[in-house]
Amino acid sequence: MARHWRAGAAGLTVLGLALTGCVGAKVGDTAAGAKNADGSCGTFNLAVNPWVGYQADAAVVAYVAQHDLGCKVTKKNLKEEIAWQGFGTGEVDAVLENWGHDDLKKKYITDQKTAVSAGQTGNKGVIGWWVPPWLAKAHPDITDWRNLNKYAANFRTSESGGKGQLLDGDPSYVTNDAALVTNLKLNYKVVYAGSETALIQAYRNAEKNKQWLIGYFYEPQWFMTEVPLVKVDLPAYTPGCDADAAKIACDYPVYGLDKIVSARFARSGSPAYQLVKNFHWTNEDQNLVAKYIAVDKMSDEAAAKKWVDANRDKVEAWLK
Amino acid sequence: MAAVADTSGPVATWRQKVTRPMAVGAILVAWLVLFAVLRGRQTLTLAAADLTSLHRWLNDVNDTVGAGRDSNPLFLYFFNEIRLAIDHLVTFVQSLISQPTAGRPVPQIGWLGVVGIAGYLSWAVGNWRVALLAVAGFTFFGLQGLWQESMDTLALTLSAVLVALLIGIPLGVWAGLSDRCNKIMTPFLDFMQTMPTFVYLAPLTLVFLIGGASAVITTVIYAAPPAIRITAHAIRSVPATTVEAADSLGTTRRQQLLKVLLPLSQRTVVMGVNQTIMAALAMVTIAALIDAPGLGKTVVQALQSLDVGTAFNAGLAIVVMAIVLDRVTTAAAGRADTARRTGGALVRWRRPLLAAGGIGTAFLVYVSHTYVYAAEFPGDGTAGTHIASWADTATTWLQDHLSGLTNAVRDVITYGLLNPFQTLLTDSPWWLVGLTLVALGAVLGGRRAAVTAAVCVGLLVGTGLWSDGMTTLASTAVATVLVMLLGAVFGVWMGRSALVDRLVRPTLDAAQVMPPFVYLVPFLALFGATRFTAIVAAVVYAAPVAIKIIADGVRNVPESTVEATTSVGCTTWQIITKVQLPVARGALTLATNQGLIYVLSMVVVGGLVGAGALGYDVVAGFSQGQLYGKGLAAGLAIVLLGVMFDRITQAAARRTRA
Repeated sequence: MARHWRAGAAGLTVLGLALTGCVGAKVGDTAAGAKNADGSCGTFNLAVNPWVGYQADAAVVAYVAQHDLGCKVTKKNLKEEIAWQGFGTGEVDAVLENWGHDDLKKKYITDQKTAVSAGQTGNKGVIGWWVPPWLAKAHPDITDWRNLNKYAANFRTSESGGKGQLLDGDPSYVTNDAALVTNLKLNYKVVYAGSETALIQAYRNAEKNKQWLIGYFYEPQWFMTEVPLVKVDLPAYTPGCDADAAKIACDYPVYGLDKIVSARFARSGSPAYQLVKNFHWTNEDQNLVAKYIAVDKMSDEAAAKKWVDANRDKVEAWLK
Repeated sequence: MAAVADTSGPVATWRQKVTRPMAVGAILVAWLVLFAVLRGRQTLTLAAADLTSLHRWLNDVNDTVGAGRDSNPLFLYFFNEIRLAIDHLVTFVQSLISQPTAGRPVPQIGWLGVVGIAGYLSWAVGNWRVALLAVAGFTFFGLQGLWQESMDTLALTLSAVLVALLIGIPLGVWAGLSDRCNKIMTPFLDFMQTMPTFVYLAPLTLVFLIGGASAVITTVIYAAPPAIRITAHAIRSVPATTVEAADSLGTTRRQQLLKVLLPLSQRTVVMGVNQTIMAALAMVTIAALIDAPGLGKTVVQALQSLDVGTAFNAGLAIVVMAIVLDRVTTAAAGRADTARRTGGALVRWRRPLLAAGGIGTAFLVYVSHTYVYAAEFPGDGTAGTHIASWADTATTWLQDHLSGLTNAVRDVITYGLLNPFQTLLTDSPWWLVGLTLVALGAVLGGRRAAVTAAVCVGLLVGTGLWSDGMTTLASTAVATVLVMLLGAVFGVWMGRSALVDRLVRPTLDAAQVMPPFVYLVPFLALFGATRFTAIVAAVVYAAPVAIKIIADGVRNVPESTVEATTSVGCTTWQIITKVQLPVARGALTLATNQGLIYVLSMVVVGGLVGAGALGYDVVAGFSQGQLYGKGLAAGLAIVLLGVMFDRITQAAARRTRA
């Protein structure tokens, strides 16, 4: 009995296997991909730092490099420090959006000579203190730093120990806020939210529930298209006013965001290097692509294609 | 403890009259009095941007190592070789299941083959139930639209676990055989498990470059210690009589190891493998920060645009993978046990079935290698889209309807408990807190615990981050209290009812392996960027461990004891408070110990959502070059806090057992 059963099962299995083994298209039938232009570009290692604006830069540059230059683009998701480290070890060719980072410039461009600058991206980085739009509307004078002490009590939270809370965010960026609070004699305490995610969520809540919030923020930034934050005016920036970190009492400078490439990549004569060097666009351009990615949830590739198709003239200028 | 007091009787000295709770109370009162007098003096505060000379020195060391990378022979001939070997391993596994290779647009083995292998192996080492679970779980990845990501994660996890076991099991055997080796190894293992990964991520990529090797090595550092510890424990647990019997038969040391010790400890060693796999999966999102491919990357990227749905979908895949691997290895451990005991009727059937299954699987692998439908998962992952949009809806609803309540809870706990306690810790002179900790160590854990506490306090001051350390300690303590409350309530409930246990346990497993990054955004919406958010995140991660341990302890209270009290007419409440919890106090102490260690491992995650202090220092050190040294010092401070509390609670546990 058992033997019959076994034989039957085996027979059925063999039949089933034979059937599944003979139908369907074979792998490699439709010779997909594998048509690398003239091969002069080769592999292009592009660092992607962890914020959406950068993701937008990288999406567009990678798209153009791939489709117009025939490069094989390898995107590497890395924090700034680690990406710069990669210049020396040959694992990163380019960083597309650098915010200041004078310490890294000194270390890798001046001292180790493993990196070189590849010019401005055209984006202007504005750092400062921002409030949600409802607050600026309800209390228009809040955008002047001189009035901040008047409202300090409204900004109190469970974290700020009786003072107003100034919410600082992502530790990646340089902040002078502790010194600013002291030197402008503001009755505030700097509270560290610890990440861009935490900051954005805080602003989102504040706007939705009409809560009081003032914090450190920056643009270009995709979130501005969702909640257009209003910047508070600090004493105007003048060259040199931030020379002594402990005595700073002025606003942040406007950063011209720039591109950094590895020295090896700059010498290589790769067409991808020319592309990176020529890459130049505005805050509006970046915000648009960032919005495609973050708000409309498009893939990097699709977002880049949409923008490139609509802005062929700008792309052509990068390819010259 | 009552029994001990009875026997000591009339000859009790003053030491025995002063009970431990009284001594603890006295210490705390003394602390409060001195705090009132000395408040605000010698608090050793350090501003967020300030550095000490130690921090600068650590920066210099880091720079020097980086600059010497291309010329140092250690790098050229040692680290590079390791990197190459591991890179080859990772690339090989990836080419099998996750990445296109050798002119093929798809990996060597397609989804059907992988599902077949997963089912077959699960059945071969476990049983048909876990095999079904494995097949369902792996198919689910495909339906979620995350097949390739899941396979990348699986490839990295398998490579890391393989390396961890290659290193861990021999070391574990050694530590199991030699007391000295065990003593030397323990602090290193503590260090590997409690040092925040963020601290060594950047130097690691400097040494092993960006790529698979670094991701695997990061994971191995965190995942190897459980394998080592559990193997050592397994070897030590083999009954001495068995070893002596083997000795008397004249076996050599080698024979003893291979024929007696290893076979007898097989079951426990497999549990070590299980823990290693779980630890490796816990590193998936962290490794994504250095470009490790897979599910972690999906989570991290979704978080940049606060896309909770997508992050949840990927997090769910990690949970499913963890549960499948956990159940399969647990079943394998069970089989190792039963196979040794029974070995009867089934064995005759097993051989032919195994062979047939093997042939079938080989065929599936062949099909998936050759045909497109079996190579690329069909469909476009609509299930994943549904899960994502469902998660989005759920979180939005929670945020809209609960934020009033959650803010109230936050304020009660922050103003009522956290703020006063933090003030007490940070505004007391450092030496006063230090003395209190040492005294508590002495009372609860004895002389050696006191010495450890003193050393840790001294080193903590040395890191230059005393004040931040105390802020973190306050949050950690509050989180641990909440963990223990939850642990007691759910642990007792689960321990008393097998049904509740069955229902709750999968949720606990999910809470333990779901990457914290996934639930940070909803928590931020509910509680704001505050220390309390960090506490809640830590509780979600740490409570399951405490609950499981307490449930286990309650269940192990002898049936006869409970029945005896029931027959006397005790109420349920009396049974729990007078019998089950006191008898399970060993489990309670262990739960406190593990709860605290798990809470500490979330300090860095807390730094991302508003906890400030040590967690923020570590995150900032990872992000800004000039703060690197400070971040490293903060990481050390976290390790010191962990070691101090581990030693005190362990010593206390030994005492309650004695």
